Amino acid sequence: MDFDIFPDFGKPVRQVTNAFVKKLVVDYAPFFDGISAGILWVLLPLERGLRGAPPILILAIVAVITLAASRNIVLTVGIVFATWLLGAFGLWDQAMQTTAIIMVSVLISIVIGLPLGVLSARSPTVRATLNPLLDLMQTIPSFVYLIPAAMLLGLGKPPAILATVIYATPPLIRLTDLGIREVSRDLVECARAFGASRLKILTSVQFPLALPSIMQGINQTIMMALAMVVIASMIGARGVGETVLVGLQRNDPGRGLVGGLGIVLLAIIFDRISQAFGKRLQAYREVRS
Amino acid sequence: MAYLEARNLTKIFGPNSADALARLNAGLSKEQLLAETGHTVGLHRVSISVEKGEIYVVMGLSGSGKSTLIRHFNRLIDPDEGEILIDDEDILAMSLDQLGRLRREKMSMVFQRFALMPHRTVLDNVAYGLEVRGMSTQPRRARAMEWVETVGLTGFEHQFPSQLSGGMQQRVGLARALCTDPEILLMDEAFSALDPLIRSQMQDELMSIQARLHKTIVFISHDLDEALRLGDRIAILKDGELVQVGTPAEILLNPADAYVRAFVRDVNRARVLKVRNLMAPVPLLLGDAPLAQALEAMRQAGTDVGYIADANGYRGALVRSEVAEGAGGDQPVGAHMLRLPAIASEAILVDTLRETLSSRYPLPVVDERGALAGVIARDSVVDALMPDDSAVEA
Repeated sequence: MDFDIFPDFGKPVRQVTNAFVKKLVVDYAPFFDGISAGILWVLLPLERGLRGAPPILILAIVAVITLAASRNIVLTVGIVFATWLLGAFGLWDQAMQTTAIIMVSVLISIVIGLPLGVLSARSPTVRATLNPLLDLMQTIPSFVYLIPAAMLLGLGKPPAILATVIYATPPLIRLTDLGIREVSRDLVECARAFGASRLKILTSVQFPLALPSIMQGINQTIMMALAMVVIASMIGARGVGETVLVGLQRNDPGRGLVGGLGIVLLAIIFDRISQAFGKRLQAYREVRS
Repeated sequence: MAYLEARNLTKIFGPNSADALARLNAGLSKEQLLAETGHTVGLHRVSISVEKGEIYVVMGLSGSGKSTLIRHFNRLIDPDEGEILIDDEDILAMSLDQLGRLRREKMSMVFQRFALMPHRTVLDNVAYGLEVRGMSTQPRRARAMEWVETVGLTGFEHQFPSQLSGGMQQRVGLARALCTDPEILLMDEAFSALDPLIRSQMQDELMSIQARLHKTIVFISHDLDEALRLGDRIAILKDGELVQVGTPAEILLNPADAYVRAFVRDVNRARVLKVRNLMAPVPLLLGDAPLAQALEAMRQAGTDVGYIADANGYRGALVRSEVAEGAGGDQPVGAHMLRLPAIASEAILVDTLRETLSSRYPLPVVDERGALAGVIARDSVVDALMPDDSAVEA
C-alpha cells in the first residue's frame, strides 16, 4: 500500500464548512434575514433618493459639499464636471446605485472600524488577536466569502455590502490604531494630570490628533469599497460595476472601458471630497508660525 | 505641618518590580540590582514634606529621579513602596474616581515641553482644566481669558500654540495650570526649555504670582541658580536618593557632602544670600551712657566698636580708635558716634556689597522695624563669597 505524506485536510474542512453554512442557513435564517432587512432599510431610501432626484439637484449638492469642504472654486468646478461626466457617459443611474452602496458600506465600516481601532490602540492583546484576522480579511479572495454571504443574505445588495465591508474595513482599523498610538505621550499624560477620564482623553486629545490618520483610513476604505464594485455586481448588486461585468461577458471592451472610467470618476470624486473635508477638520495645521 | 508629604518612596522600573524591591530591601545595591535583574531604581526611600504655601524645589541632574518623584504626587506614577499624603489624606488609597477629582480640583501641572494641545487655541488650552471639570463653554472661556490676560498674552487668545514662541507657550502652560485655581502646582522643569532671559522673566512672573496666590508649589529643576532663586526650600536628589534638604542659604553655606559642594561651587552667592544669613550678634549695645562709661564697657567686652540704639532703633556706632584724644569723659556718647550706614537684614547681599566691603567696621543690620538685629563684618562677607574649597580645588 502506498504511503502518502499528505493527509487529507481539505475534505474535513470542506465538509465542516459546508455543514456549518448549511446549519446557519437553516437555523439562523431569521437572524440573517434581519441583517439583510436592516441593510436594505438604510440602503433603499438612500438609493431611491439618489436615483429619483433630478441630476441637476445632485450636481448642485455635490458643488455645495465640495465647496464647503475645500473652499476651493477650481476643485469644486472640477468635481462637478467629473460628476457631470458620469451622466455624459450614460452611467448616471448606475453611478447613483453604486454611490448608495458605497455610502452604506463605508458607514458600516466606520461604525465597526473606529471602535475596533481604538480598542486595538489600547490593548496589545486586542491588537495581537485582530492583526491576523485583518490580514486574512484583506488577502482572502472575496469570492470565498461571497458564496456563503449570498447564501445567507440572498442575492443582491446586502451580501455585496457585507463583502465590501469585510474587504474595506481593515485599513480603517489599522490606521485608527496607528493614529491613536502616535499621539504624543506628553499630551496624554497632560490630560491625565488634569484629571480627564479615559473617554475625555479619547475625545479631547487622541481623536483630534489622530484625525489625519483616521481620515486617511476612511479614504482608503472608500477606495477599497470602490474596488469591490465589479465583484459585488457578480452577485447582483447593480451599478457601475455591472457595466464592466456586462462588457466582459459580452466581449464588449468599449463598454468595459466606459464602466471602468465611471469607477475611476467616482473614486476621484469621493477621494477629493473626503480629503478636503479631512483637511478642514485640521485647520490648525495650516497656520503659519 | 506638612501639607504634601512623601514617605519612604521607592520606585523601581522593570518588568518584575515587586521581586526587585524585595532584593533591594534585602540589601542588594542599585548597581547589583541592575546587573542581576535589569531593574533600575528610580527612587530609593525618598521622604520629603512640603509646607502649605511654599515653593519647594526638587533639584538634581538628569536621571536623579526628580521627574519621577513629582509624578508621584498626582499618581501619574505609582510607587512600589512608601506613602504619599496630601493634607493628611493617603492618596495611594484613593479610587480612580477620587484620584480624578483630586487631579481636577486640587492640583495641576506644568510640563517641561509645554504639552500644549496643538489643535486648540490658546484660550481653549487654558480652559482645558475647566472643560475637564465639566464647566460650560461660555463661563470657562471667560475665566480662561482672565488668565490669558494675567500672563500677558492678551491678543493671542485665538492663536494656535504653534504660532507662539517658546516663552509664550509656557505662559499658556502656566495659565492653564492656574486657571483651575488649584492648591498645588506641580512644575516639572517648567522653565528649562526656555532661553536664559525668558527663563528669568518667567521666574519673576512666577514669584509675583506666588506672592499674590500663595500656592503650594513643587518645582523640579536641574538648574541650581533657578532653585536658589525660587525655592523657599530645596531638596537635592542624586541617583534616586535624597542628599540634602534646606533653605538656599543652608545649602550654600553648609553643603551636606562633596556632591552638593561641587554643585554649589559656581553659584553667584552674592545674589542668593541675604544679609540675615551672614550677620553676627551685636558685640556690644550701648545705651545713652556718658563717654567714659561707654569706653570702659568696650574695653571690658574686648571690642573696638559699640552700637548705640534706643527705643526708636539704631542710632549709630562708637568706635574707640576714632574717639578724639582727651575727649571729655562726661560727654554723651551721641556726640562722638559715627553714623555707620544700617543694612537691612532682608537685603540680598549683592545689593549691599558696596557698603559692607568698603567699611572698616562691622556694619549694623536692622530688621524691618528698624531695630538693631546684628552686625555684618567685611570678613564674613568675603568668607561667604569665597568658600574654602574653591581655593583648595584650584
